[in-house]
Amino acid sequence: MKPQTSSQAGTFESSDVIFLIEPLPEKSGRKIELFSTVLHQYGESFKKTVVEMLDQYEMTDVHLIARDKGALEPTIKARLETAIKRSLGIHEGTVI
Amino acid sequence: MKKFKKRRSMLYIPGNNPAMIQQGGVYGADSVLLDLEDSVALNQKDSARILVRNMIKSIDFYDTEVCVRVNHLSTPFGLADLEEIVPLQPSAIRYPKTESAEEVGNLLQIIEKIEDRHGLQHTTMTVHAMIETAMGVQNVFEIASKFTRIDAITVGGQDLTADMNIIYTPDGAGIDFARKRIVMAAKASHIDILDTVFPDVNDEEGLRRETEYAKKIGFTGKAVINPRQIDIIHEVFTPTEEEIRKAYRIVKEFRANAAAGIGVFAIDGKMIDAPVVHRAEYILKLANIEIAQN
Repeated sequence: MKPQTSSQAGTFESSDVIFLIEPLPEKSGRKIELFSTVLHQYGESFKKTVVEMLDQYEMTDVHLIARDKGALEPTIKARLETAIKRSLGIHEGTVI
Repeated sequence: MKKFKKRRSMLYIPGNNPAMIQQGGVYGADSVLLDLEDSVALNQKDSARILVRNMIKSIDFYDTEVCVRVNHLSTPFGLADLEEIVPLQPSAIRYPKTESAEEVGNLLQIIEKIEDRHGLQHTTMTVHAMIETAMGVQNVFEIASKFTRIDAITVGGQDLTADMNIIYTPDGAGIDFARKRIVMAAKASHIDILDTVFPDVNDEEGLRRETEYAKKIGFTGKAVINPRQIDIIHEVFTPTEEEIRKAYRIVKEFRANAAAGIGVFAIDGKMIDAPVVHRAEYILKLANIEIAQN
């Protein structure tokens, strides 16, 4: 799937992460930029979680930027799921 | 026999705040309430719902009871909340602004349909009804008693005063009638009853005074908006050593007398009968003390 619109989810608060998603032109693949306060220790697992979720939603032609302040895995997954759904125009049960 | 749950304190945690949710089990509250309703902005409802779902699946809350406050079914968010949260079977769903037993019946039907789809029993998760409108106060006896799945009711002081077009004052005068009526409905239905939050987190004396009053009129616990408030509330709702000693003696002697066929007896010149024993047993439960049956 390809993002229909730009989206974001999460916050800059401690223990949280903010994801920004932008659509890229056709056949651009994925461009991923990860920033984290704990990148040295948890960078690999953070990247793995992000890539797995993008795979799960078959996301392509996407520019993803993440700024992490030490979020746990369930938070990373929740924020990315929200950002992906918002980029796909899925806004069930919320007001935009 | 219904399992005894201690609910002296119930800490509100905004559903979109991962830092607080992940520490929910270490604050020491008897219950935490992960809130999808008033503490979540309208444009973050999806985000909070997904976060709370993931956190319940992953975080160990230890002995702390986990409840989730969903949005009312009349909003665009209520049904989506139930679809996401019911399959996880937290200890309880808290339903805001409950105004009638009919409304509870409708809510339970939806919950049970979701449970059926996921192959879940209808007996594990309970429902707490929040009474925070004048109509809810009017119908509280029916709300509390009609469905066994309701195992606690709570007062929402801020919304109730707003609904009554009055200002919430520290003496609680405006909601005193509502508090007492709601307590009586809970007592008649043998379920827990939690008092509203004390909004000024810097006024510890005021919190203690209000909690002591709540205990005196029959509340079993109180909602908490800041972890700093937990200790004071627990101090008030936990029996003193003297009360525990007395309760222990009453229950011990009651059992010994009952075994000898004596129903009413005296301790230190005061008559001890069934209601006194019942109260003593409740005190021991609050103190986590079990007296082995001889």
